[in-house]
Amino acid sequence: MPKLNVNGNAVEVEADSATPLLWVLREQLALTGTKYGCGIAQCGACTVLLNGAAVRSCVLPLAAVSETDEVITIEGLSSDGSHPLQAAWVELDVPQCGYCQTGMIMAAAALLAEKPKPSDEDIDAAMTNICRCGTYRRVRAGIHRAAGTTA
Amino acid sequence: MTSIKKLTRRSFVLGSAGAGLSLGLRLPLGISDAQAQTGFTDEINAWVVVRPDEQVIIRIARSEMGQGTLTGLAQLVAEELECDWQHVTTEYPTPGTSLERGRIWQSFATGGSRGIRESHDYVRQGGATAREMLRSAAASAWDVPASECSIARGVITHAASKRSTTYGQVANAAAQLDVPADVPLKDPADWTVAGQPLKRLDTADKVVGKQIYGADVILPGMLNAAIRQCPVFGGTVASIDETPIKSMPGVKKVVTLENKTVAVIADYWWQAKTAVEALNITWDEGEHAGVTSASIAEFVAAGLEADTAFVGNQNGDAPAALDTAARTVEATYSYPYQHHATMEPMNATARWTEDRCEVWCPTQNGESALAAAAKSADLPPQQCEVYKMHLGGGFGRRGTSHDYVHQAVQIARHMPGVPVKLLWTREEDMTHGVYHPVTQCKLSAGFDADGKVTALRARISGQSILAGVMPQRLKGGADMVTFQCFMPGGDHSIAYSFPNLLVEHAMRNPHVPPGFWRGVNANQNVVYMECFIDELAHTAGRDPLEFRLEFMGEHPRNVAVLKAVAERIGWDTPPAPGVFRGLAQCTAFASHIAACAEVSVTDGELKIHRIVAATDCGYAVNPQQIEAQIEGSFVYGLSAMLYGECTVKDGRIEQKNFDTYPVMRMADMPEVESIVMPSGGFWGGVGEPTIAVAAPAVLNALFAATGKRIRELPLRHHNLSAA
Repeated sequence: MPKLNVNGNAVEVEADSATPLLWVLREQLALTGTKYGCGIAQCGACTVLLNGAAVRSCVLPLAAVSETDEVITIEGLSSDGSHPLQAAWVELDVPQCGYCQTGMIMAAAALLAEKPKPSDEDIDAAMTNICRCGTYRRVRAGIHRAAGTTA
Repeated sequence: MTSIKKLTRRSFVLGSAGAGLSLGLRLPLGISDAQAQTGFTDEINAWVVVRPDEQVIIRIARSEMGQGTLTGLAQLVAEELECDWQHVTTEYPTPGTSLERGRIWQSFATGGSRGIRESHDYVRQGGATAREMLRSAAASAWDVPASECSIARGVITHAASKRSTTYGQVANAAAQLDVPADVPLKDPADWTVAGQPLKRLDTADKVVGKQIYGADVILPGMLNAAIRQCPVFGGTVASIDETPIKSMPGVKKVVTLENKTVAVIADYWWQAKTAVEALNITWDEGEHAGVTSASIAEFVAAGLEADTAFVGNQNGDAPAALDTAARTVEATYSYPYQHHATMEPMNATARWTEDRCEVWCPTQNGESALAAAAKSADLPPQQCEVYKMHLGGGFGRRGTSHDYVHQAVQIARHMPGVPVKLLWTREEDMTHGVYHPVTQCKLSAGFDADGKVTALRARISGQSILAGVMPQRLKGGADMVTFQCFMPGGDHSIAYSFPNLLVEHAMRNPHVPPGFWRGVNANQNVVYMECFIDELAHTAGRDPLEFRLEFMGEHPRNVAVLKAVAERIGWDTPPAPGVFRGLAQCTAFASHIAACAEVSVTDGELKIHRIVAATDCGYAVNPQQIEAQIEGSFVYGLSAMLYGECTVKDGRIEQKNFDTYPVMRMADMPEVESIVMPSGGFWGGVGEPTIAVAAPAVLNALFAATGKRIRELPLRHHNLSAA
């Protein structure tokens, strides 16, 4: 059975190696914080961290992830919702329906890991996730707040 | 004793799914977990539950889909209840329980920006009566008149005897009392909880991945289903060849629904989806297989010149005035099919037996979902239940069309007793929506020799939403919703007065199913009206603000919002070099709205720099959430204007996913400044109305920048480079 390292846990899953990581997370591991939005890496609702980088798990086959790769999902970003981005999101009431927000936060987490003080241009370039409720303005403000920067 | 039947207390613990990490997901069935543990009776009335630990649970019948209604409605109840807001949580009553209790929670419908404006009186009454019951319970215990007991933040005090108690301590006694008749409601001027920019109640779970949406439901022993529907609306299944999936893992069954949908049921959804896509299905595409966007446009265009049409608004004699006008201006606009594109695709989970059917789903109307479940279950609604899940976006898609609930129940009937979750792929979702309808509009205006406008005529032609989704609401065949923002009065009044006016609708219904789409018909009608009046202002060589105001004397609230945006943007001073401005205003969903956009166009590329938007919604229940709705409305409305179009070829929708149906992303987002200016005395909606001004404000600014009048959307088809 394929083995994975998800949120610091070594797990075994029963799935065909072509199965996208998204569906392994959601259906095998019940980690439903990672969302299905488009299935073709367009919307970013399925964003997780793979060895620290933001990846769209809906197009990442299980075969491409080894047991030494570190997969972090929204459930593993912090143990108690205290990641600076999560705190900023609460502080600014960023989510509306919220469906895209876990992917937004994971994409933003990868951005801050790489650029702790991102500019607006950095945010525009890194944050290509789709939100249909239209929270972009607050997402941007949330990233700045978490980074201690201003727009 | 109150005669109202108390809720039964139940909860449901979910097991982990499959192998791997063991997670115990907890899924409330409309009832709080805490209650389930004690069986204690603490329902003060239908709207308010008070726990011994002072927790206040406020019941919300409308659906939360991002618009903040959960928090706003809770604020209204809490305001009257005079509880401690820090102790407030919410829960959804179930539609089945409501039916059992004589529709005690009234409507569950969440659309038309009506969640608060349609229910504020009775939900506040729920809070007020609960407060008086709690006060009476304390007074009885102390044997003093209730009128001598004061209340603040859930603490009841009898000053004369220096005694005090809490809501939690008297809740059980209060719950035994009759619900009093009408209790006077507070003057909104005295509000301290409602009217405040409070934080949403539903944020914490959404930032840690704990919020359970319909697509996330996992039940013990659950199977999963994926579907394909005939790509041509109205087509049927001719034959299915199952050979390609014979050896596929996890597949349980292939079923056909109503001869038009094929479903595969499997252990996991990915297996079901892989299998259903591998099936060889032959469709009988039916009579509409030759329809194209061009044929639809031609069909609709004919209505612009048709002899007969429904009249939506009329004063004077516009045709005669146009005939005698010194000068006439004419323009024809058109608006395409658009998709809701909720981030969460359609889904529902159903468990069916011969005598019971339960459905877990995202829905904008729990009662409609229950009716859909009952119909497809072939059971009376009393033997069915719907558990509402948070929606990953609604925008009108999940309000009147519960196709996904019908399908889930039909699928579950093939697996009696086994819960089955149906989830649509994005491609199914995009190609089987209920679309923002297509219309065209021919506008004509007459000027007299002095340059005064004497007449306006607007002939709309195109699709009726009501004819498609609720034909019982047509009036003498007419769809009055088609006239939103052109009406003589009411929630969607035209905000101008012309000496002669005629607004008509020639109904032309193509085969593509229409649906209510956030903003509904206000979206295109305000483009038509506001861009055309901008055309008239330019024709007359007048300032677009001053020109509008000339016709707005009977609409002082619209004047106020329009002047507010003009003042904030600095209309009296020129914009930065290369930047141009555009205005729009309307009355929609009972609110008065205006916007001013600043744009520039460089090398054919539009940049929206800044938008100022004002809303007078009468009473503002949560100004911070109203700002969020205004910001979001620009994303929804400008996505539609910039990119939104579903085209038809061979009878089917051509766009299948976000690669061919682009929407706004972060980099497109302009700065939006909101002015929330409630003038009191009425209740207006906030989730939709601002969408209507988004596109015309930008289009008018675009004209100012380029001299190009865009009359056909979306904008991406137009070359904005200098001619």
